[in-house]
Amino acid sequence: MVHWSAEEKQLINSVWGKVNVEECGAEALARLLIVYPWTQRFFSNFGNLSSPTAIVGNPKVRAHGKKVLTSFGEAIKNLDNIKATYSKLSELHCDKLHVDPENFRLLGDILVIVLAAHFGRDFTPACQFAWQKLVGVVAHALARKYH
Amino acid sequence: MLTAEDKKLIQQVWGKISSCQEEAGAETLERMFATYPQTKTYFPHFDLHHGSDQIRGHGKKVVAALGNAVKNVDNLSQALSELSNLHAYNLRVDPVNFKAGGGQGTGTWDGSMGAKPCFTLQLLAQCFQVVLAVHLGKDYTPEVHSAVDKFMSAVAAVLAEKYR
Repeated sequence: MVHWSAEEKQLINSVWGKVNVEECGAEALARLLIVYPWTQRFFSNFGNLSSPTAIVGNPKVRAHGKKVLTSFGEAIKNLDNIKATYSKLSELHCDKLHVDPENFRLLGDILVIVLAAHFGRDFTPACQFAWQKLVGVVAHALARKYH
Repeated sequence: MLTAEDKKLIQQVWGKISSCQEEAGAETLERMFATYPQTKTYFPHFDLHHGSDQIRGHGKKVVAALGNAVKNVDNLSQALSELSNLHAYNLRVDPVNFKAGGGQGTGTWDGSMGAKPCFTLQLLAQCFQVVLAVHLGKDYTPEVHSAVDKFMSAVAAVLAEKYR
């Protein structure tokens, strides 16, 4: 089980409290598709992904980004049992979606950068530590049911 | 592969941080030590407290080297040759520490991360990007993010060339 200090929980929750889940989620997913274009292979039915502008404006990307980040919110509500929170999603990503778990780590790093861009100096090194730990734990939980 | 547009964006970013390069360097290192404590193992001789002269000095060196790479983006191998030797043969920094995109180091919170081996150099790149994002905010657009990520990957690859 992952141990979270009181400070880490506080840092995660205080940032999360100020996050616009729809905007941040959309931005993180769009950046994944732009910065690591091979990830587009998982979204071939999303329509126009032909340029950064198209990706950023794509309503399916926005909607899915919101979905993904909303699920992060579940992890944050259940920091002491992230493994259970992501158990079904892990099976889904392996059995149905066939996503290489490396991509979860890429998305996690991108999310940290998106938060840094939004919060500026308020995204302190201590915040970054807590959030990199969180995205790492989420990525690991999503990879856990792979076989 | 860095396109002409990528190179232009990277040069623009460099222009934007030129006035606070030293600060950016120090902050990158501080974030790296705070976020990935294993990277501190390469600096047992440093005072790693916030604001330390050694961190400022080393951060300045790192950013200057990156700046040199930006100026010589068409010939990174040559521009970074000395540094590649240094990091591979003298310092023997695990290249995971330079990583852009995907690196997360070995978490002490769960021994069985099951991740592919990362390179330490890559962790520096993630922290550098966070610093750029903090400073540039909205100006750290997806296109700029992409160009910088590619650039840092290219730099890390050159620095890791001589490892074996």
